[in-house]
Amino acid sequence: MTDASQMTNGGSTPPLAIELSAINKSFGDVHANRDVNLKVVSGHIHGIIGENGAGKSTLVSILYGFYAADNGLISIHCQTTTIRNSADAIGKGIGMVHQHFMLVPNFTVLENVMLGHEGSLSVEASAQKARNVLNKLSEDFGLAVDPDMIVENLPVGLQQRVEILKALFRGAEILILDEPTGVLTPQETVQLFDILRALREQGVTILLITHKLKEIMAITDDVSVMRGGEMVAHLETAQTSPAELAELMVGRKVLLEVDHTPAKPGVPVLQAENLCLTTANGIDHLKDISLTLREGEIVGVAGVSGNGQSELLDVLSGITAPTSGSFHVGTSKITTQQPSDPSKLRRLGVAHVPEDRHKCGIILPFSAAESMILGYSGTDEQKQGWWLSPSTLKQNCSDRMQHFDIRPPLPSLASANFSGGNQQKIVLAREISAQPKLLLVGQPTRGVDIGAIEFIHKQLIALRNEGCAILLVSVELDEIMSLSDRILVMNNGQIVGELAREEADERQLGLMMAGIGAEDGITTSQMRAGS
Amino acid sequence: MADLWLQFLLTVDATLRVATPLILCAMAGIFSEKSGIIDISLEGKMLMSAFAAAAVAALTSSALAGLMTAVVVSVLLALLHGLASITLRGNQVISGLAINILASGLTVTIGIAMFKQGGQTPNLSRAERFRPIELPFAEQIGNLPLIGPIYREVISGHNILVWVALAAVLFTAFILTRTRFGLRLRAVGEKPEALDSAGVSVAKTRYLALIVAGVLCGMAGAYLSTAHGSGFVREMTAGKGYIALAAMIFGKWQPRGALLACLLFGFLEAVASRLQGVDVPLIGEAPVDLILALPYLLTVILLAGFVGKAMPPRAIGEPYVKER
Repeated sequence: MTDASQMTNGGSTPPLAIELSAINKSFGDVHANRDVNLKVVSGHIHGIIGENGAGKSTLVSILYGFYAADNGLISIHCQTTTIRNSADAIGKGIGMVHQHFMLVPNFTVLENVMLGHEGSLSVEASAQKARNVLNKLSEDFGLAVDPDMIVENLPVGLQQRVEILKALFRGAEILILDEPTGVLTPQETVQLFDILRALREQGVTILLITHKLKEIMAITDDVSVMRGGEMVAHLETAQTSPAELAELMVGRKVLLEVDHTPAKPGVPVLQAENLCLTTANGIDHLKDISLTLREGEIVGVAGVSGNGQSELLDVLSGITAPTSGSFHVGTSKITTQQPSDPSKLRRLGVAHVPEDRHKCGIILPFSAAESMILGYSGTDEQKQGWWLSPSTLKQNCSDRMQHFDIRPPLPSLASANFSGGNQQKIVLAREISAQPKLLLVGQPTRGVDIGAIEFIHKQLIALRNEGCAILLVSVELDEIMSLSDRILVMNNGQIVGELAREEADERQLGLMMAGIGAEDGITTSQMRAGS
Repeated sequence: MADLWLQFLLTVDATLRVATPLILCAMAGIFSEKSGIIDISLEGKMLMSAFAAAAVAALTSSALAGLMTAVVVSVLLALLHGLASITLRGNQVISGLAINILASGLTVTIGIAMFKQGGQTPNLSRAERFRPIELPFAEQIGNLPLIGPIYREVISGHNILVWVALAAVLFTAFILTRTRFGLRLRAVGEKPEALDSAGVSVAKTRYLALIVAGVLCGMAGAYLSTAHGSGFVREMTAGKGYIALAAMIFGKWQPRGALLACLLFGFLEAVASRLQGVDVPLIGEAPVDLILALPYLLTVILLAGFVGKAMPPRAIGEPYVKER
């Protein structure tokens, strides 16, 4: 099918793998895609970049048959088609690697790969055939995975590899990757990009969806920018720059670099000695964590998610008691025997912006005004005792909404109806307004737009300059490197190293995050190499 | 000694007979629940098909016609459960409960209207029931010491549905692990989106699983009224559907484990009925009520969490919604 259509195309114009014209899709009142056009050249790596909620995921979901477009045309290899479901998409040679993997966790790699494409009623017969194909694919593309491993026991990077193999197994000539690097270490990202380049050499067309400028610059041939459900630009990657792309994404000039002045550390605010956290079934989440945080500095904690950072925040904010060790906040000592709780620590001046704002930061059905006082409802500062005064609550909320540029500025709107960035600003506004001595921040910009990221970063620096100590946990290395005065790296529940701001680079951090001390590492320039 | 041995074998024999509907039901439960649909309607499906089997057997004088009707009725109820919980994305427990209540009321109402015997069906004659199959040479081999009685009492003399139930265990295990349908069935209960993105319909797979469960459940009902018993009595399932569900959970959603759990429950019930009126050393006459309650008590205890680490299918109870 591919060959035929490519031949009819001929001429000087490059053959198109995908052509979308005037795609529209609404969810109720939300117009997620508005007259979207897209041309993807066969055999290219084409990036689609845009902020969260720009409509990228909706667009590729339409392409993969998860949603039906309200109207518009889809052509695959120059043939107009309709894609009603995933089976149709697979039939047209489209494969997708979802942001949240579509793998059955307790199945083997082999079972996952053949699921839906067994080719025979008996599992044994299909398994044998699939095994052969899988071995061949592994060799052709350098995608080695043990077919008999249970998927949930594989590291995330390998799980993603299984997803790619799954698509290739189904004969994909067009591979869509939706935010593929969100869960990967820098090293795994480099490996992924190597795989993508190998695929391109074999003639596979790749559509890469991301919100990371660096990735677009490192690997794509062409890039399309989406904003507010519309396509705002189609560019050749070589002809553009991160600054231009950022401006197109946000619709105004964005400062990619934070204005970071040298810190002036004061007296210690937090001192932790040999903190350990072991679960009832013997799993060590934290091992011998010792650290000191001083007034007026930001200490970043880097690490691949799931290496103890979340537990560290839980212990320091008083949600969980350590199983051994202790920490001092000011003059108060917290140990296993004298545990604390979040409200006591809050009174000692510890504020906490939790990693998962939906779970611990706000209550989605509550109004913004109510979410704005969670945990502080009984304090003097709120002038609220047993009775809540709706007018005070609203007044207080709209003041902060103005100060933190929270949109829309409606205190009575349910928290769920704000965008991710504005929800995060509600949490941040609440915690910063308490004028903390120590601020614990987890993933401050997860799922937050570039524009809001810029604002949040400015707020954190301003708070530091006022003398607050900030512990910043993030999986975004760029964020850690641009905000922190010192960087701690966690791996497997331990602090495996500390770097000063000046010493830190991505390669070094990546290796430490992976628990390797060796020197063979990766930089952005190396990510680009080979293209 | 020989007498004690015989007593034991008779209990084992009774265990098999009592466990048969549990086994069929538990296998039905495995099919529904592995596909991600909570199936407390095992009870209602079994009750309704017990009635259907007995009623049709009484009218047509054919046990086989009764069995067929029972299967059809049970499958229809399964489809109703599917409509509510797959297509309309309702709450699976509520839908199951509704079917149980429906069955409990409908059987009695239709029974009174049809037979005017207070909700019972007429007593079925031997010809209208599934009869025991005496294996060849039962008497001759049975006279051999020790081993003989095993053949005569335990292996020979069961009706066809007992064998069907045991075959159902092998069938279930085979389907789950060796076939394409089984692979998709297990996938849809664990991660329906994975199946969907692989281009296989989640709803179709789940409906198919419910239909298989319906067939098995229908046979369990027919067994109760036309093989084990001789006619339908109101509420004759008496919670057996729930016990089967408990056995299935106790067996960790695996055919083999569920079989063993069903046999355990069956054994307790068999012992309970053997112990009635018997003098037990130290205790005196066995407290019948307590012993009869044993299987139910065990159900409660097991369901309350003494099962160890059972991993239910991850997507169980959640309607699959694709659009946001």
